[in-house]
Amino acid sequence: MQVKVFVTPRKGILDPQGRAVESSLKSLGFQSVANVKVGQYIVLEIDTRSPADARDQVKRMCEQLLANPLVEDFTFEVDAQ
Amino acid sequence: MKWGVVRFPGSLDDLDSLYALREVMGGDARLLWHKEESLQGAQCVLLPGGFSYGDYLRCGAIARFSPIMKSVAKFAADGGLVLGSCNGFQILCEAHLLPGVLTRNRTLSFICERVIVRVENAATPFTRAMRQGDLLRLPIKHGEGLYVAPEAELGQMEERGQVLLRYVDERGKEDDAANLNGAMHSIAGVANQRFNVFGLMPHPEHAVEEMLGGTDGLGIFRSIVESVG
Repeated sequence: MQVKVFVTPRKGILDPQGRAVESSLKSLGFQSVANVKVGQYIVLEIDTRSPADARDQVKRMCEQLLANPLVEDFTFEVDAQ
Repeated sequence: MKWGVVRFPGSLDDLDSLYALREVMGGDARLLWHKEESLQGAQCVLLPGGFSYGDYLRCGAIARFSPIMKSVAKFAADGGLVLGSCNGFQILCEAHLLPGVLTRNRTLSFICERVIVRVENAATPFTRAMRQGDLLRLPIKHGEGLYVAPEAELGQMEERGQVLLRYVDERGKEDDAANLNGAMHSIAGVANQRFNVFGLMPHPEHAVEEMLGGTDGLGIFRSIVESVG
């Protein structure tokens, strides 16, 4: 089962990368852009037939390794196909 | 005194640390390979700088799961002295042996400079050979040194005296321009609540001989030697 994990800087945490990208986008003329955040996108496969099991496992992976809850939020998508 | 210096794949400052502890401090310092579990009788364990595991995912996030880190955590829980510099500081934060986390410098650039840090609390095993308010000139070299912790926790840490080192200017005053990486509260080094684990972004092991540009790193090692007795 394929899982896509998205790790982004927490709201309120200084994100210098996001700020730099935002300022570059604005200088390119995209004046309406706001709240740019730069994070990580992780794709992985879990050998299980149960989406619930996959969700449970990936949540624990995020909490234990893939994200640092002090400064990052995570979301994930489980592709059941 | 017996020191253990942990070598992870990607450690860089392990040999300079050994040199400082052996040749300058005259101690018995040994390298501890990260896959081993024995600390070989070390009275203080040092986690050196570098790019452990390529700094993949987040600095220190993967090194934290090395077999030796279980022993380091147990050693710390038993009151043993653990010192982490730069990547070692990042590993100690990821391992939850220290509060907070180190994130990308606000400049987004790697910073290699000599900075001034002020000793904020000289009543700890890592700072007792110095005085509160002492200014140390130490090198930093890192891309991720911006210290972050929740504001409420920072307040408690400040009250308890866990902030041991802070970036300051030449006059010893806090100044945004002297806080190169943008660390919250200009924090350069913090201890845990028991004051037996200490992490700092500067490199004391690179400041142990005049030839290296100064000897201000010695105060930290001398403090540890005094504490172990």
